[in-house]
Amino acid sequence: MNDQHDFLFFKFSNVRRMIMSEKEVLVKLRGINKQYGTNQVVKDLNLDIYKGEFLTLLGPSGCGKTTTLRMIAGFETPSSGEMTINGEDLINKEPFDRNINTVFQSYALFPHMSIYDNIAFGLKMKNMKKADIKPKVEEILELVQLTGFGGRFPHQLSGGQRQRIAIARALVNNPQVLLLDEPLGALDLKLRKQMQVELKRMQKKLGITFVYVTHDQEEALTMSDRIVVMNSGYLEQLGTPDEIYEKPRTKFVATFIGETNLFEATIAQVDEDEVLLNFETGCMRGLGKDFELDEIVYASVRPEKMNFGSSNFYKPSMPAVVKEHIYIGSIVKCIAMLPNGQEVKIQRLSGEPLPKPNEVINLYWEPEDATIMHSREDTLFSLIENVNLGGAYDDSK
Amino acid sequence: MMTLNDKKQKMPMLTMLSPITSMLIFLVVIPLIYVLVLSFCKTNEYYQVMFTFSFDNYKNLLSPSYFQVYMNSIVIAAITTVICIVLGYPFAYYIVKQPPKIRTILYMLVIIPFWTNSLIRIYGWKSFLGASGLLNNLFVWLGITHKPLELLFNRGAVVLGMTYTLFPFMVLPLYTAIEKLDLTLIEASYDLGARKVNTFLHVILPLTSSGIFAGAIMVFIPTLGFFFVSDILGGGKSDMIGNLIERQFGSANNWPLGSALSIILILLTLIMVRLYTKAGGKLEDLG
Ligand SMILES: Nc1ncnc2c1ncn2[C@@H]1O[C@H](COP(=O)(O)OP(=O)(O)O)[C@@H](O)[C@H]1O
Ligand SMILES: [Mg+2]
Repeated sequence: MNDQHDFLFFKFSNVRRMIMSEKEVLVKLRGINKQYGTNQVVKDLNLDIYKGEFLTLLGPSGCGKTTTLRMIAGFETPSSGEMTINGEDLINKEPFDRNINTVFQSYALFPHMSIYDNIAFGLKMKNMKKADIKPKVEEILELVQLTGFGGRFPHQLSGGQRQRIAIARALVNNPQVLLLDEPLGALDLKLRKQMQVELKRMQKKLGITFVYVTHDQEEALTMSDRIVVMNSGYLEQLGTPDEIYEKPRTKFVATFIGETNLFEATIAQVDEDEVLLNFETGCMRGLGKDFELDEIVYASVRPEKMNFGSSNFYKPSMPAVVKEHIYIGSIVKCIAMLPNGQEVKIQRLSGEPLPKPNEVINLYWEPEDATIMHSREDTLFSLIENVNLGGAYDDSK
Repeated sequence: MMTLNDKKQKMPMLTMLSPITSMLIFLVVIPLIYVLVLSFCKTNEYYQVMFTFSFDNYKNLLSPSYFQVYMNSIVIAAITTVICIVLGYPFAYYIVKQPPKIRTILYMLVIIPFWTNSLIRIYGWKSFLGASGLLNNLFVWLGITHKPLELLFNRGAVVLGMTYTLFPFMVLPLYTAIEKLDLTLIEASYDLGARKVNTFLHVILPLTSSGIFAGAIMVFIPTLGFFFVSDILGGGKSDMIGNLIERQFGSANNWPLGSALSIILILLTLIMVRLYTKAGGKLEDLG
């Protein structure tokens, strides 16, 4: 009776959460620092992890992703800062007292236990009755599509199967948070793609909060509800995949996520929510507030947003000469060169019009397609001095 | 192209007898065969070996008086082994957990006894535990006892001496096994809610059991044979198989019987090693 009530309440609160899309903070990190000796690995990390979300920590190797995950799991203690789960302090809890489970990069299956015993381990440790454990293990084996594998040992499974068992062993405990450290890193490309879809499916089905670590931006963009981009211990940007891709806030994020064209410029004019940018090889507009006159900024324009016109084009633009076309499956990349030698990428689906090699064009973009970022530099880096424009660039036109 | 392996296969059999192989044949195989042959021989009334075939020696070994020695040997070896495991495991674990520098120092401390004469160290224990030894003098001086205690010439003293002599043989295989343990598995155990005791029982212990078993063999078998320890500290009151063998080849001058005893000891060793490899242990770990 009571169970029924709980269940209904659970359903109801779930539905309510979906309708109102209200976000409930589950884990809260405040001012988290971690250092090993003099090496500061995580720097002043503030982060809210929402209940039921798929959050990805993304960044290059060595930026502190694993360390962050290990602090949440309880294997490392932060040098300073606060960490709570549901408002309760987390830092002083031992790993075995946290209702958080980890999928280790190396899987860390117990080699001396059968698959069944591996999965049942967590439940046994919580003193669950044998009779209750069995159906749970079988249910989770079905979820990871390895029904009937319970009697085998880890060394009798393939890498992909071990991976699924590692996920099953963690999920069977119904954790508040599931931590995954590059879980697909050791799999080949095809299997990885397949597991990405399956992981996402499981996460949705179970509604468990996932904190996922990867250095693969494509993986992060396809799987996550939100992405934390990290760089040398700092949180660079936190946002949905769309926000991260479309509105990178720093040069690092712009270049790390997807391909982009990055230009340095000074602010030549500040209007209401638009700025005029002075590049080394031309003038262009971009959207943006909070910029000062003469400030040095970066402008990031995605290759698919880069436009081109004929050489006698009237809009604000930059002259360039086309170097070559590169065909990648159904995509064509056109590489053009600015007078200062910088290469610019234009990307189209094959079949769409593109200028021919050696053609002189004018590059431009719509103001809303450029992301303008503070550069924190105080001098403009000029490319003009060491440029080889090649024979193709015809200055007389 | 001819590789080294091809060459080997074309060489005549005899040239494959490397110096080490021939050394093994002369120093191990031939003496062993000789001992085996002797164990089926007899002696005449002048204690000379008669090369006739009989099972008499083995029949004699089944007599109750010998049986008592076997039991004593096994009890002492078993107690020594258990003590070595109980002391050696935390010891080895502690060493592995130390930072590299301290670990090397501690490891050396375990190995050093290998380089010193154990006979001398056992005599050291004898004078330490003796009636006018340091320990008894201390007890009397402190007023704990009036008369010196009988610390020597009993089973306890023999076990103490055996444990002392064979402790490093337990620690080294344990050290190797514990060092090889994947720490992520311990983290995985904690992660799944196992507290320290459960993690030890369900993860650490099973994954280092090969070290325990290897150590047990390396302590149990030598204990049966280390006659000088039971001689010096047991004073003939706590005889073991080793003492019997030593006596047959020495004062009793009955080499065939001594050989039969040796064969029994060797068989016992082989059976234990077989059990060990059956339980998944590797021969290399036995050193
Ligand atoms: N136990 C440790 N002791 C010392 N340095 C460490 C330790 N763990 C990680 N580091 C250092 O911290 C940095 C971040 O590591 P990590 O969190 O593993 O990065 P990521 O997972 O993003 O690749 C690295 O420079 C690494 O060398
Ligand atoms: Mg990592």
